[in-house]
Amino acid sequence: MAAPKKAAASPPQDKTNGGSPPEFTREQELKALRDMLLIRRFEEKAGQLYGMGAIGGFCHLYIGQEAVVVGMQMALKEGDQVITGYRDHGHMLATGMDANGVMAELTGRRGGYSKGKGGSMHMFSKEKHFYGGHGIVGAQVSLGTGLAFANHYRGNDNVSVTYFGDGAANQGQVYESFNMAELWKLPVIYVIENNRYAMGTSVSRASAQQDFSKRGASFNIPGKQVDGMDVRAVKAAGEEAAAWCRAGKGPFILEMQTYRYRGHSMSDPAKYRTREEVEKVRHDQDPIEQVRNRLLAAKVSEQDLKAIDAEVRDIVNASADFAQHDPEPDAAELWTDVYR
Amino acid sequence: MPIQVLMPALSPTMEKGNLAKWLKKEGETIKSGDVIAEIETDKATMEVEATDEGTLGKILIPEGTADVAVNTPIATILADGESAADLGKASAPAKQERAAESAPPAAAKAEAPQPKAAPAAPQAVAEPDPEVPAGTEMVTQTIREALRDAMAEEMRRDADVFVMGEEVAEYQGAYKVTQGLLQEFGAKRVIDTPITEHGFAGVGVGAAMTGLKPIVEFMTFNFAMQAIDQIINSAAKTLYMSGGQMGCSIVFRGPNGAAARVAAQHSQDYSSWYSHIPGLKVVAPYSAADAKGLLKAAIRDPNPVIFLENEVLYGHTGEVPKLDDFIIPIGKARIVRSGSHVTIISWSNGMTYALKAADELAKDGIEAEVIDLRTLRPMDTETIISSVKKTGRAVTVEEGWAQSGVGAEIAARIMENAFDYLDAPVARVSGKDVPMPYAANLEKLALPSAAEVVEAAKAVCYR
Repeated sequence: MAAPKKAAASPPQDKTNGGSPPEFTREQELKALRDMLLIRRFEEKAGQLYGMGAIGGFCHLYIGQEAVVVGMQMALKEGDQVITGYRDHGHMLATGMDANGVMAELTGRRGGYSKGKGGSMHMFSKEKHFYGGHGIVGAQVSLGTGLAFANHYRGNDNVSVTYFGDGAANQGQVYESFNMAELWKLPVIYVIENNRYAMGTSVSRASAQQDFSKRGASFNIPGKQVDGMDVRAVKAAGEEAAAWCRAGKGPFILEMQTYRYRGHSMSDPAKYRTREEVEKVRHDQDPIEQVRNRLLAAKVSEQDLKAIDAEVRDIVNASADFAQHDPEPDAAELWTDVYR
Repeated sequence: MPIQVLMPALSPTMEKGNLAKWLKKEGETIKSGDVIAEIETDKATMEVEATDEGTLGKILIPEGTADVAVNTPIATILADGESAADLGKASAPAKQERAAESAPPAAAKAEAPQPKAAPAAPQAVAEPDPEVPAGTEMVTQTIREALRDAMAEEMRRDADVFVMGEEVAEYQGAYKVTQGLLQEFGAKRVIDTPITEHGFAGVGVGAAMTGLKPIVEFMTFNFAMQAIDQIINSAAKTLYMSGGQMGCSIVFRGPNGAAARVAAQHSQDYSSWYSHIPGLKVVAPYSAADAKGLLKAAIRDPNPVIFLENEVLYGHTGEVPKLDDFIIPIGKARIVRSGSHVTIISWSNGMTYALKAADELAKDGIEAEVIDLRTLRPMDTETIISSVKKTGRAVTVEEGWAQSGVGAEIAARIMENAFDYLDAPVARVSGKDVPMPYAANLEKLALPSAAEVVEAAKAVCYR
């Protein structure tokens, strides 16, 4: 392993452990707000386009979970890799992928990141170090461990941030990967996005050990639970985990306690939880409202916040417009990209 | 201008639904993301979220209305500064016509007319074998040694190439194929894995996505079934799913096919399984020279390659040209023996039966042309077809099962491309349609034999 470039991050502080996360500067708050809003508005628009039939197949929205990927991204440096499952639009936007390219992939157009051949669950960006978008639950965990393996092999100080859900956390290959990652001291942060439901099955109905931060215990992988609705807590935990990885100490597990407002996919009967439960989380813990309220308390004007809203809305509307007007892929694309 | 809210669809197949409930009243302020109504079908309920801000101007479809067609305007939202007087000017957001619902998906909003049928598939063009200059020294090697030399040469040439698998390093390989590699290249590049095929196959694919070139050894391909999701769903499909952006240069190799007396779970031919998959290349050599030249080609190939070796053949020796860069192109079959009466097509250990049968047939005056496919995907159809056009008869030989087997594929290609040249139906010699038995006599019966190939060849020659 290369020597770590960064000193160890500040000591762990998160709400779950009773502490209060470090405050953000005004710039950080504004950036977090803007990045989370972009995801929220993008996903709302995707839901709308799906309802209009412009997006087909599966469409898994990230609404409610925005603080996780935005906070993590604030803890990373250029070169760190990101990989996730199929609830992936938020991760793409957070890594800086172009909203037009993501939306056009959702509508299956040639300007999409995969030329329209991948769809919602399968997009990649070498430039942004985003390694997908994977449709098989848990597969990204072995792949993300492989990204970390490559960092270790090359002796660079990049970290693989490998996201998966509470459902995927029960897959066998997750533990095969944990074993190798700790055995070989691979620089990988396993971010378990615990949104409390694997499709329609609640954590308590599917998981014998519901504290996901302990899922690496038998491999000696440290883990911690993080308030995944507080972007500051996420960033602080991400920095701690990244410092651990960059110091050559191996993998780190972060259980992000979050919540998905929308259904698992668009055709979710939503019979497994009450509206009151969803409303309560939205009202009490919404990651975007938390930042907005702090900014207002800090005397940032409504005007300034509206300007952010408007900027985000313009990006999203432009992406929806592009995604509906961009042509479908040329028929000849059927045969390309099978081999190179 | 006021904005219309349209009846959304819960799925691409939904055409209408019920407007169950309004959660906002006319005149109420609406923020983006607010749930304004609930709709339902017989299978699901969905909340309608506002995507625009303003005031709920008018409810156009009252709650309790059943069978509202998708995309019917259900309400109007007034933006800041607009009033009820503006309601008449309401317009749907840009481009709200439904794309994929009523029309078939391929026709939705295509700007240029698309052909109804898929365009023709590109044809693979195989390169010929390299010239071996006269006077080149030939080295007698086992297939095991040829494979090891191929890996060692490629690892010397390219620091991105590494080997991982169970017992590949300190144990020197379960079948000694990686012998000496740890000593030369060290533990960083020759990596013993835990017994965890699914996991390390995924780790290899992930590493390959970053541009490294892993050689993943499976102790046998029987155990690769644990990893087949990563091989097919991740390795084979990523290039396509990424629109060409992210591929995977990786070799999965190890012994495949029947071994001796190990019964059903450790004795199986996966040729047809992998040859089914677009995105994979599948190689299965028989000779030592081909083993070396093809493995070097596989390691250099930018695509995922399944490299099927054979335990029974590891100790067989052959002549391998001593050249700096001996590469056999993937995708090219080899005519191992020329003949004019019948074409026998096989690969890997099937060639053992095929060549023995050809010797026997020659004694009876039947000259068989024997083709070693060497690569199963892309398949060298041209070599097969030109031979069959000459002989008019064909026999396929494989250790795998006949149903959906490689022999079935070859027979179909011959039928498609040389039907008029056939003087007899194509015959298949294959493993029997049973799991591999343990008892020595039954195992022998389950496998193809030279005698069966002779019989099949005589049958297609009407002898």
